[in-house]
Amino acid sequence: MGEPVYRLLGVTRVYGARKVLDIASLDVYAGEILGIVGPSGAGKSTLLRLLGFLETPTSGAMAFRGQRVNGGAPSLAVRRRVTMVFQRPVLLSDSVYANVAYGLRVRGVTDARERVEKVLDLLGMLPLRKEDASTLSGGEAQRVALARALVVEPEVLLLDEPTANLDPAHVAIIENVIRQARERTGMTIVLVTHNVFQARRLADRVALLVGGRLVEVAPTKTFFESPSAPETCAFISGEMVY
Amino acid sequence: MLGSALRQAVQLILGLDSEVLRIVLLSLRVSATALAFSTLMGVPLGAWLGLRRFFARRLVIAAIYTGMGFPPVVVGLAVYMLLSRSGPLGSLGWPWVPGLFTPGAMVIAQIIIATPLVAGFTMAAVMGVDPNLRQQLISLGATSWQATRAVLREARQGVVVAVVAGFGSVISEVGAVMLVGGNIEGSTRVLTTAIVLETHKGNFSLALAMGLVLLAMTFAINIAVLRLQGKAYG
Repeated sequence: MGEPVYRLLGVTRVYGARKVLDIASLDVYAGEILGIVGPSGAGKSTLLRLLGFLETPTSGAMAFRGQRVNGGAPSLAVRRRVTMVFQRPVLLSDSVYANVAYGLRVRGVTDARERVEKVLDLLGMLPLRKEDASTLSGGEAQRVALARALVVEPEVLLLDEPTANLDPAHVAIIENVIRQARERTGMTIVLVTHNVFQARRLADRVALLVGGRLVEVAPTKTFFESPSAPETCAFISGEMVY
Repeated sequence: MLGSALRQAVQLILGLDSEVLRIVLLSLRVSATALAFSTLMGVPLGAWLGLRRFFARRLVIAAIYTGMGFPPVVVGLAVYMLLSRSGPLGSLGWPWVPGLFTPGAMVIAQIIIATPLVAGFTMAAVMGVDPNLRQQLISLGATSWQATRAVLREARQGVVVAVVAGFGSVISEVGAVMLVGGNIEGSTRVLTTAIVLETHKGNFSLALAMGLVLLAMTFAINIAVLRLQGKAYG
């Protein structure tokens, strides 16, 4: 699979006296959708925030495209190749259009209009482009959050529970756009979800995180049909693991 | 007495009585100048306190909250002692330090009164912006400065409220301008000190006229604040 986009070795993240993440080894490959599942409090979001350069590992080595990045935030140019969609998006009190254009504006892109409208159309939000973002429903806000991330065409897209608490119609729209985005641009996607069915629908590989440790990382088919770890069996069968 | 005083007061206002007009203009000039300085210092200070976590931040915030409740007359006393000929600033004889009983001295006192208010309200407005916004904008590729600008923009209505509240506090205070200005006719007499004087002289219609002007001004300011707050929080 060639040079991984991310390579993590012995990466830990400690808050106070609590070690929330302890990853012995994890590679993320270019163009794949890696699903990360696990019970709440397993460290899924923390792992995603490390990959998004929003936090730095307490110890261990993390490389992005072969370049070590665990010594603090990388350069702006590197940082801008990775974008994250948060579980609870916070939008600017401005129009939908302005929200989606933000990432392009900070990059000094002048002819943003066509790109913004294309992404809005993809997510079925074009008719609402002039609406104030504060008037949107939760599902609409989440679509705007995905749109503002996709519009900058990142090399890596990090998704933290992008469809949590949304109704099935919104979930279908968002999952379709995620699939299309990968097919069209070949971007690498890391998807954190508590929903094993979503991981099964979208991911090429799935990782189970329990108590900050990776229990199993396997291709989706293997993960669901012949998992090797007993925790994985318990988790996918709906029994919670702690 | 009240009826005739009120009638005369309205006549004084409508007739643009030159003394009333001069006093109103000086009040506006002093308070607007003070407010300009308070805004230049208070808004960045408030934004900084709202955005950054640093050593002794709580101490600075406690100082600002205390400053927001400073009795103007105490501020006046402090500025009086600073600027008097034997005081630490007045004794230096520097040309840019205003002397006592000048509009400049009044401006300094009002800056001290308004700055904590502007800073405190600005801080509250900035802290009212969802703390997750900044990180999400950073993740979208914003630089730290670009994200800060966006957060300040989100707080913009609260910042306007802060500035207007600062103006309301200085245009209506009497203790400080009385002490450091001295209420000198044609030089440092402003609305509030004139009202005190004319009332003592029994010149109720003139006092009332200026009282009405002051009331109208603060009323307009408060309406503006309420409207802005309605937009910001409603």
